[in-house]
Amino acid sequence: MVQTEMYVMLAVVLFVLGTLGVLLRRNAILVFMSVELMLNAANLALVAFARQWGNVDGHLFVFFVITVAAAEVAIGLALIVAIFRSKKSINIDELHQLKG
Amino acid sequence: MENYPQLVPLIILIPALGAIINMLVGARLTERWSSLIATTASALSFVIAILLYSYLHASGYQAAIVNPPVLQDWILIESLNINIPWQLRVDTLSVTMMLVITGVGTLIHIYSAGYMHGDPRFSRFFVYLNLFLAFMLILVAGNNFLVLFVGWEGVGLCSWFLIGFWFDKSRGIGWKNANAARKAMIANRVGDFGMLIGIFLTFWTFSTLDFYRPGEIANPHAGEHGAAVEHVEAATVEGETAGEHGDEHGDEHAAGPVYTDNEHIPTEQLGVFGQAERMLALPEGDPGRTVALGPFRADIVAVLGLITFFFLIGVTGKSAQIPLFVWLPDAMAGPTPASALIHAATMVTAGVYLMVRSNVFYAAADLTSLLVTIIGVATALVAGFVALGQWDIKRVLAYSTVSQLGFMVAAVGIGAYGAAMFHLVTHAFFKALLFLGSGSVIHGVEHGHHETHHAAHGDGHAGEADEFDPQDMRNMGGLASRMPVTYITYLIGTLALAGIWPFAGFWSKDEILGDSWVAGLVNNELGGFIALAGLLLAAAFTAFYMWRQVELVFHGRPRTEAAAHAPESSLSMLIPLIVLAVFSVIGGFINLPGNAAIPTLGLDAVLGVHQFGSFLEHSVVNIHAADLQPLIAIVALGLAIGAILMARSIYGLNRGVTADRRDVLEANASFSRMWRLANARLYWDETYRRLFEQPFNRTSQFLADTLDWAFWHDYVHDTIIAKGFRAIGTLLSQPVDLGLIDGVVNGIGRLMRWASGGLREIQTGYVRTYAVSVLLGVVVVLIILLLPYIQRALASGN
Repeated sequence: MVQTEMYVMLAVVLFVLGTLGVLLRRNAILVFMSVELMLNAANLALVAFARQWGNVDGHLFVFFVITVAAAEVAIGLALIVAIFRSKKSINIDELHQLKG
Repeated sequence: MENYPQLVPLIILIPALGAIINMLVGARLTERWSSLIATTASALSFVIAILLYSYLHASGYQAAIVNPPVLQDWILIESLNINIPWQLRVDTLSVTMMLVITGVGTLIHIYSAGYMHGDPRFSRFFVYLNLFLAFMLILVAGNNFLVLFVGWEGVGLCSWFLIGFWFDKSRGIGWKNANAARKAMIANRVGDFGMLIGIFLTFWTFSTLDFYRPGEIANPHAGEHGAAVEHVEAATVEGETAGEHGDEHGDEHAAGPVYTDNEHIPTEQLGVFGQAERMLALPEGDPGRTVALGPFRADIVAVLGLITFFFLIGVTGKSAQIPLFVWLPDAMAGPTPASALIHAATMVTAGVYLMVRSNVFYAAADLTSLLVTIIGVATALVAGFVALGQWDIKRVLAYSTVSQLGFMVAAVGIGAYGAAMFHLVTHAFFKALLFLGSGSVIHGVEHGHHETHHAAHGDGHAGEADEFDPQDMRNMGGLASRMPVTYITYLIGTLALAGIWPFAGFWSKDEILGDSWVAGLVNNELGGFIALAGLLLAAAFTAFYMWRQVELVFHGRPRTEAAAHAPESSLSMLIPLIVLAVFSVIGGFINLPGNAAIPTLGLDAVLGVHQFGSFLEHSVVNIHAADLQPLIAIVALGLAIGAILMARSIYGLNRGVTADRRDVLEANASFSRMWRLANARLYWDETYRRLFEQPFNRTSQFLADTLDWAFWHDYVHDTIIAKGFRAIGTLLSQPVDLGLIDGVVNGIGRLMRWASGGLREIQTGYVRTYAVSVLLGVVVVLIILLLPYIQRALASGN
């Protein structure tokens, strides 16, 4: 069997990539993709630990995460469409009107 | 008879009541009733004085100490052993004074009824007279120095009342009267200061102010030297303790032990004089002889010298000696009866009474006694000289009083206490007589002036530019035929004052001169020399100026219309004159000297010698009755007669006043300057003005204007305090309040704005920035949550 640590390391790598994408990408859709990457990394870690301990709770939690991620993406994309309609751009650096 | 001393409070109360009655209802009473109440009060006091004398005569001249009802303890602090009770004393000395005061006082009351007739404030005069009697009797009846002082001050007050009686006379005269009253009060006050210091010292030294305590005998040796006539005080009665009444019930007649001296009484329970005698009897170097004064201890003789010196200051004020006599001549502004009573017979003698009462002190204080003699002689000479140049009839008598008081004071100074008291008594008679006589003359001249003035000018009262002074002797003359009774009595008074045999003044003056002869030439004391020489000269002066007065007033021809029409006075004024004249003739016989069979024409065998002296001896320890010194008597008599003859030749036969109303001596080239010096009263008041009043006024002006106003008010208050206050206020408001405090408060605001400005920058608006912060926050929370595990992993040696 493949060791759990491998799965976790993979999950960490994926998470970090996702974080970097969130922080460094300018395109809003790419930011969302990075967020999805982070979520999936978390899912991977959960499933790996569930397989290790033979516990169904991990699998169950993954279901919840996938559902929430889907809902979130729906709403997020709706927001992006709305923003694009007004600003004609989805460069997040141009969305800075709520500043202090 | 034994209870008569209980009447002593009444002798004070009755005149006081008379004063109160006249004060309350006097304005509504008629003149007759007002004067009747006052005179009756005075006469009742005289009756009580006679009863007291009869008590003394019957009981062997023992003194009695009386506590008046109601007023017993005055100053009583038991824990500090201070006890000054309200106590009165009936002994020969005080009864002598009481008799003189009430006797002469009653006569003056009778006289005043006539003299003050028509005055708008008639009853008030009698209030003051009675009040004066009450205070004077308190003075002489007191058994301690403080009661004496109450009377002392009280008579000063009544003197002020009486001198300023006519304070509202028009044309500035009322103002002058008020000034004279104030002058008397102030001069007396200066003397009172000395008196008080003396009283304080006495209390400090002896812890009491009582003259003698109950059970104490004033003079255990009284009556020991054989007198020509037997005295009633047989030795057995002397010293009986039960006889010294201690309280008003007088029922302690249990036969107690009979003492003849004070040896059985411990020193602390003696009065001041007993204690002084005991201390003086101790040998030198005995600590009981010394008195603690702060950190020093002084011998009793030195302390007594101090006490007597301060009493002397009081005496110079009250009895008008140098330097405080200046009030007495001005006091003539008061009505003549007041002058007679207060400034001739009674108040001014209070000083002499004080000194005779304190004879134990003065006998021990040799230096002060010398000073007393010097002051007395100097006063007698100065006043006698000034009297020569006076025109006012009362001024002459005032200076004469000062001069005679100088005689009495000098007598005290040489230790002749009995002679001083004798002269006090005779002087009261003839000086009161002279003053009342002068009042009669003044009244007569005033009447005459009114008559002639109205006859010439009709009834022009209102705008009378009245330059006529009824008291100026130049406006008199020739009154002998117009006022015969006044003339005869005045003549008797003059001869008595001048010391002509056989009138009263001869005996008393001669006793003083005889005593000064003994003191000076037999005992070789300096005071005696000074007294003898000075008093002989002063006696010559006396005779001279008195005869000058008689010549100018009564002899010759009238110099004005007023004098030509002067009527004789009313009976109420003449009767006291006659009574006093009788006493001026026979008064000297109460104290005939020994060895005087010739001058007394054998009366001394009938009346007895030194009767008065022996009488006083029971109260005055140091009476040294002298015998007649024939040489001195003849010299003095010769001087007096010579002076009278000289005055007659100068002033007689109408030569006294020149045509331009100057004194004949003033017109004479060789005597002019001296006479004018006498007339100007030796510039005494002017000197005081230069020496004391003007510097005092300048000092107070300086203090008021410069110190108080310019410095204190303007500089300190305005400049320093007000400006400084404003400067501090400005300082506090400008830099401190605006700068500092506002700065701090505003600074905090600016700080906030800067901080918030800084913090605001966090809100960049960039999503990425917010995402970074979320990430960081997550990392921090994770670390915190995982901290224990991390620590465990590290600790377990990984």
